[in-house]
Amino acid sequence: MEEKMVVRSNVYFDSVTLMSVSQRAQRLEGIDAVMIGMGTPLNLDLLGTLGFKTSVEAGPNDLIFALRGAGAQVIDAAMAQAEELLSKGLRKAAGDRGRGPARSLAQALERQPSSNLALISVPGAYAAREARKALEAGWHVMLFSDNVAVEEEVSLKRSAHQKGLLLMGPDCGTAIINGVPLAFANVVRKGAIGIVGASGTGTQEVCVQIDRLGQGVSQVIGTGGRDLSRAVGGIMMLDGIEALKQDSETKVIVVVSKPAAPEVAEKVHAALRWCGKPAVYCLIGAERRTGAGSGTGAGSRMGAGRETPEDSQVKSAGNLLEAARLAVEAAGGQFAETGDAPEVADTPGAGLPGASLPATVGEAVQEAIKGLKNGQRYLRGLFSGGTLGDEAMAILAPELGTIHSNVPLAAEGQLSDPARSFKHTVLDLGDDRFTAGRPHPMIDLSLRIARLLGEARDPEVAVILLDVVLGYGSHPDPASELVPAIRKAREIAAGEGRNLVFAAYVCGTDQDPQGYQAQVAAFRQVGVAVFPSNVEAAEFAGAVARARAMAMADGALAAGSAEGGD
Amino acid sequence: MGISELFREKLAVVNIGVPLFFNDLEKQGHEAVQVDWTPPAGGDPRLIAALERLEAVSGRIEEANRQTFEIINAAHPYLEGIGTARDVIPGLEGRMLLHAGPPIAWPRMSGPLRGAMIGAILYEGWARDASEAERLAASGEIAYSPCHEHGAVGPMAGVVSPSMPVFIIHNRTHGNYTYCTINEGLGKVLRFGAYGPEVLQRLKWIETELAPTLKKALELSGGIDLKSIIAQILHMGDEGHNRNKAGTSLAFRALAPFMVQTGVDREIIRKCLVFIDKNDHFFLNLSMPACKAVLDAASGVPYSTLVTTMSRNGTEFGVRVSGTGQAWFTGPANIVEGLLFPGYTAADANPDLGDSAITETAGIGGFAMAAAPAIVQFVGGSAPDALEYSKLMYQITYGENGMYTIPALDFRGTPTGIDVRKVVESGILPNINTGIAHKDPGVGQVGAGLVKPPRECFEKALLALAEAL
Repeated sequence: MEEKMVVRSNVYFDSVTLMSVSQRAQRLEGIDAVMIGMGTPLNLDLLGTLGFKTSVEAGPNDLIFALRGAGAQVIDAAMAQAEELLSKGLRKAAGDRGRGPARSLAQALERQPSSNLALISVPGAYAAREARKALEAGWHVMLFSDNVAVEEEVSLKRSAHQKGLLLMGPDCGTAIINGVPLAFANVVRKGAIGIVGASGTGTQEVCVQIDRLGQGVSQVIGTGGRDLSRAVGGIMMLDGIEALKQDSETKVIVVVSKPAAPEVAEKVHAALRWCGKPAVYCLIGAERRTGAGSGTGAGSRMGAGRETPEDSQVKSAGNLLEAARLAVEAAGGQFAETGDAPEVADTPGAGLPGASLPATVGEAVQEAIKGLKNGQRYLRGLFSGGTLGDEAMAILAPELGTIHSNVPLAAEGQLSDPARSFKHTVLDLGDDRFTAGRPHPMIDLSLRIARLLGEARDPEVAVILLDVVLGYGSHPDPASELVPAIRKAREIAAGEGRNLVFAAYVCGTDQDPQGYQAQVAAFRQVGVAVFPSNVEAAEFAGAVARARAMAMADGALAAGSAEGGD
Repeated sequence: MGISELFREKLAVVNIGVPLFFNDLEKQGHEAVQVDWTPPAGGDPRLIAALERLEAVSGRIEEANRQTFEIINAAHPYLEGIGTARDVIPGLEGRMLLHAGPPIAWPRMSGPLRGAMIGAILYEGWARDASEAERLAASGEIAYSPCHEHGAVGPMAGVVSPSMPVFIIHNRTHGNYTYCTINEGLGKVLRFGAYGPEVLQRLKWIETELAPTLKKALELSGGIDLKSIIAQILHMGDEGHNRNKAGTSLAFRALAPFMVQTGVDREIIRKCLVFIDKNDHFFLNLSMPACKAVLDAASGVPYSTLVTTMSRNGTEFGVRVSGTGQAWFTGPANIVEGLLFPGYTAADANPDLGDSAITETAGIGGFAMAAAPAIVQFVGGSAPDALEYSKLMYQITYGENGMYTIPALDFRGTPTGIDVRKVVESGILPNINTGIAHKDPGVGQVGAGLVKPPRECFEKALLALAEAL
């Protein structure tokens, strides 16, 4: 052990700095004891306690370096480091932590005094509490969280109603307020159409289609899927309609509805009839017949939308595309000056692969099924958007009969095991049964890819139908994962001598962060037929499956007669 | 009021939860702020239920807290005199020794507290030597009682014995009195459990020369305004707990002329002034009872959820709340994180000790860290960190102090009035600046740093508040 004792006169450092430097030097390899401090009586005493032998003369204005360690080299290195620390100061780069995340609503308000809307996505058990606090702060609320008790929803919505605030949700996936897309939302033109939607992807699709038709949206308000139930009574839907009625920017009001309790549906219709603006009422999933004991009584509400009196003001739409068209028409069909409708994939047939485009969908279908083998006849729809899946099922059922699903429109379509497809199957992969413990399939594509590869191995599968939802909140580049998966699926099928038809709808705009054109182009690269609307993609896929069934029936007949003639 | 009014405003979003949504808004240049959400009360259903029970009477609680806070703001402590503990401290009689923190019996006392008890027994002459004192201490013949239950506070071990001279602080607004011994300085001192001859000698000198001189000086002064001094020291780099350089200087200025005026022997006066001058923590034993005087007045307001005591005995941390009066809510004392004096390691440190967290309870100390950036280095922090330490405390306090302000926060009042509900709900624990005692009696201070109370103190207090409804 060697010792080094150096005194620098008339140098002052505060004791805390010196303790800090001592402590750092102490940690160095080979250092046994360090005392770097002013020559106060306390520190001089400490030198003895620490076992330093060298005597030292120093006063309170003298800085003492006392080091003991394994050899002069080690000590000199430690001393040099200590001196450098002292000369540079101990300051470290300190970022402006005032701009980091806030720890509470109060701190959020402090950071942003103009706060006027809370977007809440905490686990359901805590969501109502946060929403209540936000309402108390006088903020509008978008409650993205699900699993909020219906009693909580009613209480929150009543409170919001009294305060004149929005309470969108729970389980509200999309909204566009004052042009700001919230949670899952597409970037669409500003325009004259205001939307109140009880369905997330349904609302996104209407927005996108309105944008494609050259119009835009004024405000998009989400209500959450349960708003139109008897228990909630459509509080947010009615307040939303009222707000759009008062909004001078809104010329046309669109309601995107799910099956509603009859008295609630009636109230919504009445509100639309009296809103003084042209309105469109779009009902999705109306054909759904729920199983016994569901208690929602949806069966009795079937066709509530169709019962709408054909009032000149309120038009009924059977699907999302129709809703968009009726709304744009009611808005005068003006095309915004800011942009043109996308040139790619906006007309039927334009979505088909190959350089020479077939003239009609019928030809396209014949073209598409050319490479399919005997036995390939079923459709498999793998949806990330629940309402898009519902809409597809409603279109496919009249064409193909029972559509099997984890969320079927008709009870007989219930899949006993959602992990296994059966005949014509359309899945909502955003359903709780699939999402437990993982992110929504609009963000995390892994489950959908696994399922897609599984379907490719099934020799009875003819066509796979996909939705790809773009916009904020969604996966930053879905094609980057889905395209290789489709390529692989084709390889799997080809390995067994089969071809596969892929049909897709990309719900998005060119202003979306993922870029609509780029995504569509990527899917086309691997021969996916991309359509300008969910309706058309479903119609095409349905036509493929139907054509295959007919071809096989013909084949069977031919085979049968051949046998008979033997 | 109507929803359509929102359509005419600029949207400014508070995103609570999934950061992706915030990132998207930020990317587009929309106004948004992210809240880092954690489950309230750590997701404990019992605590959430208690919070909700309290929410049901939030009106009454808010009113009670407003009253409590008003008392805290209005209280005005003055240093008025010096007396002998047994004569002035209520309930201190016979063979009783007061100590820091919540109640504790001899077998559970930590090293420094035991050492201080032995020292106090020797100081009182109840035993001839240390081993006899230790036997007596353990015999059950000595009554131990928390300072806090007698209107007193003491730093570290905080031991007060009947013969000790104590400062008398008077809250002139509300009329209550509090008491604290005179700070002995650093090194081997009773409050760190040292009881050697030099310790006892110093205590005797304090009793026979310093205290009488100060007593006479204080009589001449007509009382020294501690609230005013504390307000000033926050503008001079002190926070009144771990840094008392400015406070000691101002106290020296306030006392010196009157000490000279006492007519006491010049050499004694010189020794007294040198003693005060050499002890940077002289003022700690005034800032503490000043805070105590404020909080005692604020104790016992029904329904109030504001904390009136945070204190440690070296084994346990104890909290008392205005609405539950004298009840203690305790948990195991934590180890202080900070800088150790050269030659010591973390293994030498005793768990958190002392009544000095009364300063944080009153809105100074760690809560006023932003006023004392020099000491943020104890925990390896930078000057901006010091601001953040204080800013965070606004999250768990009722309001901003009317008198104590922080220049670096544009003279914002210090965060004052710890609300048990906010602590439990947010999971943010009070920041306490403190010294670190050696775990063995008599070694003394080995460092200083930052410590947090155990969460369970506040959880127990919250459950008791809900239970009392």
